[in-house]
Order: sequence, then C-alpha cells, then structure tokens
Amino acid sequence: MTEELTGAQALVRALEHVGVDTVFGIPGGAILPAYDPLYDSTKVRHVLVRHEQGAGHAAEGYAQATGRVGVCMATSGPGATNLVTAIADAYMDSVPIVAITGQVAAPLIGTDAFQEADISGITMPITKHNFLVTEVADIPRIIAEAFHIASTGRPGPVLVDIAKDALQAKAPFAWPPTMRLPGYRPVTRPHSKQIREAARLMSEAKRPVLYVGGGVHKARASAELAQLAELTGIPVVTTLMARGTFPDSHPQHLGMPGMHGTVAAVGALQRSDLLIALGTRFDDRVTGRLDTFAPHAKVIHADIDPAEISKNRHADVPIVGDCREVLTDLVAAVKHEQAEGHTGDYTAWWSVLNGYRETYPLGYDDPGDGSLAPQYVIKRLSEIVGPEAIYLAGVGQHQMWASQFVTYEHPGTFINSGGAGTMGFAVPAAMGAKMGQPDAVVWAIDGDGCFQMTNQELATCALEGVPIKVAVINNGNLGMVRQWQTLFYNERYSNTDLQSVRRIPDFVKLADAYGCVGLRCERPEDVDATIRKAMEINDVPVVIDFVVHKDAMVWPMVAAGTGNDEIKIARDMAPVWDNEEGV
Amino acid sequence: MSRHTLSVLVENKPGVLARVAALFSRRGFNIDSLAVGPTEHDDVSRMTIVVNVAELPLEQVTKQLNKLVNVIKIVELDPAQSVQRELTLIKVRADSETRSHVLELVNLFRARCVDVATDAVTIEVTGTPDKLDAFIRVLEPFGIKELVQSGMVAIGRGARSITDRSLRALDRSA
Repeated sequence: MTEELTGAQALVRALEHVGVDTVFGIPGGAILPAYDPLYDSTKVRHVLVRHEQGAGHAAEGYAQATGRVGVCMATSGPGATNLVTAIADAYMDSVPIVAITGQVAAPLIGTDAFQEADISGITMPITKHNFLVTEVADIPRIIAEAFHIASTGRPGPVLVDIAKDALQAKAPFAWPPTMRLPGYRPVTRPHSKQIREAARLMSEAKRPVLYVGGGVHKARASAELAQLAELTGIPVVTTLMARGTFPDSHPQHLGMPGMHGTVAAVGALQRSDLLIALGTRFDDRVTGRLDTFAPHAKVIHADIDPAEISKNRHADVPIVGDCREVLTDLVAAVKHEQAEGHTGDYTAWWSVLNGYRETYPLGYDDPGDGSLAPQYVIKRLSEIVGPEAIYLAGVGQHQMWASQFVTYEHPGTFINSGGAGTMGFAVPAAMGAKMGQPDAVVWAIDGDGCFQMTNQELATCALEGVPIKVAVINNGNLGMVRQWQTLFYNERYSNTDLQSVRRIPDFVKLADAYGCVGLRCERPEDVDATIRKAMEINDVPVVIDFVVHKDAMVWPMVAAGTGNDEIKIARDMAPVWDNEEGV
Repeated sequence: MSRHTLSVLVENKPGVLARVAALFSRRGFNIDSLAVGPTEHDDVSRMTIVVNVAELPLEQVTKQLNKLVNVIKIVELDPAQSVQRELTLIKVRADSETRSHVLELVNLFRARCVDVATDAVTIEVTGTPDKLDAFIRVLEPFGIKELVQSGMVAIGRGARSITDRSLRALDRSA
C-alpha cells in the first residue's frame, strides 16, 4: 500500500530516507510548505541560520567533516541567490552538498513573479547537476538522484529547485524510487594496463614526487597513500586541499607546494622527473606559470574526473578512477615490480631534497617591537590544541599561515576554501563541521576581513549550542591584498585598511553581543594563556581577537604569473638551487 | 584549429540545450553550428554540434560534455565516414531578365525553387557546407535578399547505428 503525501511531506520523508540528520536553512514564502512537515520530523534537525550563505558554507563544513552530503535549504529569489557563493565554492572544491530551494508556483514561473529567480539557470555552471521540479510525483526520485549525484564520482553540489505548487500537491509516495540517470556513469575502477605502466615508471624514475590533492582524502585513501609512499620511499607533497592527508610529521613529507608552498615541495616538483599526481588538478596556484612547471617531469595523473586529466598538463599515463582503488592497485603493482627486482633508487634525490628542507625551512620574522606575529599565534595554537582538532580557515594570509604553521596529522582536519577562495568561509563552515563532529574541538582561524563577512552565524552557534572556537587574526587589514600592494603596487594601500585594530567593531564586545565569550590577546606572552582559557570553555562559542602586526607577509611566495623557479623566501630573496644538475 | 562534428545523444528534457550551450560558452569553446532534433527514441534527442577547435581542446569539449548528467553519448563523426548535410533557404533577386540564369544555377546545383515572385525566387538547397558556400557565391551577383541556414546534421555511413547500444542502456534504466 502506498501512502498519499504532499510534495512537502514527500520531500521531508525522502530526506529522512537518504539519511539526512541536519539541514541548514532559512524559510520563506515559496519553501514554506516544506517547513511545516520539517517541524514534525524527529530525524532531521533544521538549523535556522542568519544568512543563506552561512547555510551553504555550514553544509560544506558538515560534508567535509563527516564525508556525508551536507544539506542547505532556502526560499526562492534572494534566498536562493544568497546560496550561490557557497554553491560555487562547493563546486570548486568538489564538496558534496544538496541545496534545496523553493520556487514560485509553476504557473508563475517566467512571469517575474514576487521573489522569482531562475536559480537553476543561475547555478547551471556551478553545480554538478541541478533540477527544477514542477511535478509532485517526481520529488522522491529527484531527491534520491540529487544525493546520488552529489556523493558519487567526483563529489559536488546539486541544487533541487521545487515549485511551491509541487510542494502543496499530493501524490503516492514509495521508497526507494527508481533513479533514471542514463547519462551518469562515473568510472571508479582504474585500468590495469595504466596501473602497470605507472608502477614501471615509478621504479625507473630517479626524482619522483607524489603530488597529492584533495581527491585522496575524498576517496578516504590516506592509509593506502601512506602504504604506497612507504613502500616506494617517494617524497610526498600535499596541496592546500590535501593538508593532513599525509602526516606532517612523516619524514617523507615535504609540505605544501604552490604559491605559498615550502621551498622543498616547490623545488621537488620543479626538479622532478616523474609526478605521480593523485586526485589533484594542476591548479594555477600549484603550477605557477604552466610552461615552466616541472619541466623535466613525466606525469602519471590519476583522477576520478576524466576531464581533469590532461586539462592543464599533459598526462603521459592517464588513470581514471577512484583514488583509493588506484592506490590499492598501485601498491600491488609496485610490489610486483619490486619482486622482479625493479626497485627505484632515490638516494641522490633525497639528499637534494633534504638539503632544501634544511636550508629553507618555513619561518617568519619576529616583529621585534613587542607586537604579535600572526604566525606565532597560529603556531602556538597548533602546539597547544594539537592535531586531533579540526581546523578551518577563511581566505587570505591567515589561511596560508594556517596551512603552514598548523601541524596536521590526520586527514580531513583542515577545511578551507581552496578553489573559489571565498572570504567568510570559516565561521559558518566551522559551525557545520562541529555539528557533524560534535565531539571534536573545532577551531576557525579567521582574518578580521573574513570574520566581518559571516560572523552573524555566531548567533546561530550560540543559540543552537555549537561551541566552536574562533581565532581572529586581526591585523586591521585585508592582509593578503595589502601584501600584494606592498610587493607590486608601490605600497599604495588602496582600500585595504579595515581599521579593525581601532576596535570598530570591537570583536570582544561583538562576541559578547552574540552570547559568546570574547577574549583579546595583544602580546606574545599572553598567547598561551588565552588559548588555554578558550580551550576550557566548552559550553558556548569563544572568539579570540588576536591583534597582530599588520606588516607580516606570507613567505615563501611565487608571484602570480611567474614560474615556480622564481619562488622567493622573503622579499628579494630567492633560494639558491645549486647542484641539482648532478641528480 | 579544425572543424569537428560531434553527434551527441541527450535526454529529451527541458533545459538540456541551455546546459550544452552554457558549457560551451563558459569553457570558451566556439560552436560553428548546432542542430537539435528528435531521434527514433522518444526520450532521447540528438544534437549535432560542429566545433572549430584544435585537437586538445576537442578532448576537453567531449570530456566536459560527457560530465553533463543529461548527456548520454558523444561520437565524433569523421567526414569521410559520414554523410553531412546542411539546408539553406535563399531568397535571391530574379526578374524576367535574370530568372532563367538563376534557374539554370538551381539545376546545376541540384537545388529546388520553392517560391517565385515577380522580382525574386526562393531556393532550397541541401548539401555539405562547401557545396552551399559555392552555390551562395554564384548567386551573389544576382543579389541575395535573405539567407536562412540550418545547422549541420550528420549520420555515420554503413549499417551500424550509434544509438543502438546507448538506447538499449536507456531502456534498461527506465
């Protein structure tokens, strides 16, 4: 016997069936019918956020902390368009979220009705797929399809826009529905011939590097990566999206490559004769100028998305597949090679790389005037809080320092906005991460610019009992932009001075106003005590206003548009690449 | 840069054309010609897309197209192994003095005269883009008043059909 349900009831029932326990959203006219049965659901908790962008980032944080699909909900028109930034962010970083939006009733679509926006049209280029639902009977099937598409293959955001009259009409409800996706067949099994060829190249290479991206953690393949790395002895670099996928403490780990990567990681890629690129997409922030990137390297490129392979850099050995299956097969193939006596010898390569590591470790200058260095704050945070916590960051200088100076030991413990570079990501994403992992300590490392874009979600955190901790690295400026103005615009600081150090707004008072605990720290000697105090507060969110000096810069740096070989370790200071010809 | 003809089977659903067109524009690929129509299967439409790209971007075009959930199958049709046709309607100036010259060209190109007025004729012609270009060139001296051209449609030569296998898969999934 099939029940007759309204579209709204069918929606909530379908969300329960696919295992949703948390939805972030804000109601409004067109989505209102869905909020009525949601009110009764005992399985789905709806979190009333303060801005739809916050709902979107919270869904992303939830998804990345749990590996499950994050869900956000908004009404038509401005509610839906406020989700756009978060959807674009999820698309760039392959985060599985489903966004459910109300749409005006089907007969009104196309009439410029009140709060009408063509959100499926708007999000077409920034979703993995989207649906406009006008028939009530389609709702269960489309919800099932949306979650399937978001979570399989290369994960990504899916938007389901449901007309109000479809939510109100009735239809029989049956679960599970039959999905109809004839054009959707992600390939997860790698080709065995390519795997063998990859293993052969690895044993022949003299200067190989495992270039690890976010896809490895998305495939839950950290253990397999460690196995391959230790089996072969090949050095590992982890991109911004892969921090934590390979332990920072591991002797084979060279750190992050790219624009603000370590000299060892950047130098390794540049001098490599074989890149084993896993779940990574040769982003411009990693490669610098493409025509001078890793000029001597052959490329093995494994990715679940065939379109990423040979998109930016030609792959000599293309492997389409899920990174866990790829790594499992590679381990077996390498063992086979080794059993036949083909074991790579990378001794000379390691002596070069160890030279880079010893000569050019990450570091920073102390301001010397008693003021606070932002890097010191983040370093101490990492040392006191430890590697079990989940760290999030916004976008800018503090994000790069969070990547450089926090020691990550576990996969998925650094969540940030990589591809899209969305300022304001940290606070709402931290809320989502904390709701997904309530037992974890969750720290948002934020900048004062970012923090002022989305801190309204602290109200949500305080009211919903989500005790996140926020370290605002407050230099009173849009720091990364200011750094570029220092380096490339003759120190003409056009519109980067936020003056937040003058306490407009006062972040401590602001935290207090939001029902959070606000702390301030302005001197190096107070850093430890302030962090420890924040660690002791676990019933409400805590915000620490770390007032830091504004002239700190992120180093090393490969200036935009230049090649990786032109990396600078400080202003006008380049590393000396000696002896590499001999390797 | 060279022209490539892609035969794309897509689900017959609202918005699919917009998705394909948006993809081309967002990724910076140029469409030379596009024709959309039904196939022998109600749930499937075919788009014949002619793109003008180099070899590597072509690989990106097809990979990106394949990522669209509503795209079922893509086949590149080799001009030598397929029949490729465009349809053009041309309204050309033709009075009592010039009409017979125009009609002579119509016959030579195996075109058809589909409408006649006192000072103009309308001609229907099908063929490859090269043939149509040649025809238009010889008509130009008479004065072309209006020209309407379809996108190219194409089908592989021989007995095999590119729809067979993919449509069977579709039946199974339905």
